[in-house]
Amino acid sequence: MSNTEAAILIENLYKGFGSNQVLKGFNLRLNKGENLAVLGKSGSGKSVLIKCIIGLMQPDEGEITVLGESIRSLNQDEMDHLRVKIGFLFQSNALYDSMTVRENLEFPLRRHWMEISDKETNDLVMESLENVGLAHTVDLMPVELSGGMRKRIALARTLILKPEIILYDEPTTGLDPITSKEISDLMNALQKKYNTSSIIISHDMNCIQRTADRMILLVDGIAYAEGEFDTLKASTDPVILPYFE
Amino acid sequence: MTLPPNTKRFLEEAGAISQFTGRFFREVFRPRYEWAAFIHQCYMIGYKSLPLVGLTGFIMGLVLTMQLRPSLIDYGVESELPAMVGIAIVREIGPVITALIFAGKIGSSIGAELGSMKVTEQIDAMEVSGTNPFKYLVVTRVLATTFMLPILVLLGDAISLYGAYLGVNIKATTSFSLYYTQVFNNLSFGDVLPAFIKSFFFGFAIGIIGCFKGFNSSKGTEGVGRSANSAVVLGSLMVFIIDLLAVQVTDILGLN
Repeated sequence: MSNTEAAILIENLYKGFGSNQVLKGFNLRLNKGENLAVLGKSGSGKSVLIKCIIGLMQPDEGEITVLGESIRSLNQDEMDHLRVKIGFLFQSNALYDSMTVRENLEFPLRRHWMEISDKETNDLVMESLENVGLAHTVDLMPVELSGGMRKRIALARTLILKPEIILYDEPTTGLDPITSKEISDLMNALQKKYNTSSIIISHDMNCIQRTADRMILLVDGIAYAEGEFDTLKASTDPVILPYFE
Repeated sequence: MTLPPNTKRFLEEAGAISQFTGRFFREVFRPRYEWAAFIHQCYMIGYKSLPLVGLTGFIMGLVLTMQLRPSLIDYGVESELPAMVGIAIVREIGPVITALIFAGKIGSSIGAELGSMKVTEQIDAMEVSGTNPFKYLVVTRVLATTFMLPILVLLGDAISLYGAYLGVNIKATTSFSLYYTQVFNNLSFGDVLPAFIKSFFFGFAIGIIGCFKGFNSSKGTEGVGRSANSAVVLGSLMVFIIDLLAVQVTDILGLN
């Protein structure tokens, strides 16, 4: 398969912090329309990996190609332009707590689609909120919402610019099992509706089983194992086994 | 040669603040210009600080007059009270006290707000949505503090002089026009201009330090508290250092 058919291609990625080398030649390929989960222990470098993809961190070595563009060759304006095509759901949701739900969703719209009218803005905001079943919260502040609602609003904000790729950083961490299942189902529904490609960073096996087409096990800074959930679950490798126990 | 840890930390921090300031000057002239956010910050930083600055200025003028009167009576120059109070307020007390109040209110608020945004990944969220957070958050706030503080100083001086007028009239009777005639006849260009100009530097220092501390906040809520606290402490210290330098410069320029 050629590079242009991959939504994201990572080759030989290295990233360290002082003497702590987190990624040591990591490789990944995300095909278009695919949901790929990256599983690993806490501190294994999963979040570092997606922060390198979105440009929040600079890799020490290696190549990251997103939608056919090598991010190392992009200047700031080009990177900002590319970021519009990538949604990022933060583990902490990262909702702007001084803004209402409506303002949170309007913010990326007004930054990138400057010609958009107030009516179009309102329609898009309401469409995004209806997608996550929270249209009634439009005028509330983030602090007035529950954890699950905040996660849904963050997802709505991630989707409002209609990204081609979504990066999920621990989307179900801190949520109860029922809400986690709802969020996982919502991720699936939205992926089908907008035909996005996704990388899901998680250690929640239920979420991964529900959402991922394929998964990569990140161990000691490399892609230790790769395959479908059931294939890896059936593995007898002593390194892989503990993740499925 | 190995530097003592505290010296090393101080030099590292000074270097980081210098880099941060350098980035401010690079970003401030580059489009896109965040006019709406700048106006919003001017409202939040300037307009919303006016009641506090006005009240402290009023009390300061009143108290200063009441404290000075007995000494001037002893020297037989009570009639010089409006002139002395006017010069003290306009040249030194007005700008410095207003700047210290401003550092306490705005410096801590900026440090805490940006610190909280940093630790809850809101700044990262802004960046991944294709918005330059330095330009949107830092440049607008530093410009607002730089331009709002001089205006607050002028308004604070005016309210303070009115407080002093009431103070003068507590134990004597001086007409409104006589009081202000005495005040303004004894004020010169060299009293007003340096005080006004230095308040721009006070505002810039308070803004850049508050933003630096907030933008580089870490270690969760504890770090946010530390950012707010150190923004006030360092901002207030910078006000005195700039004041000291301003006195030297005006002296060299013969404006004293």
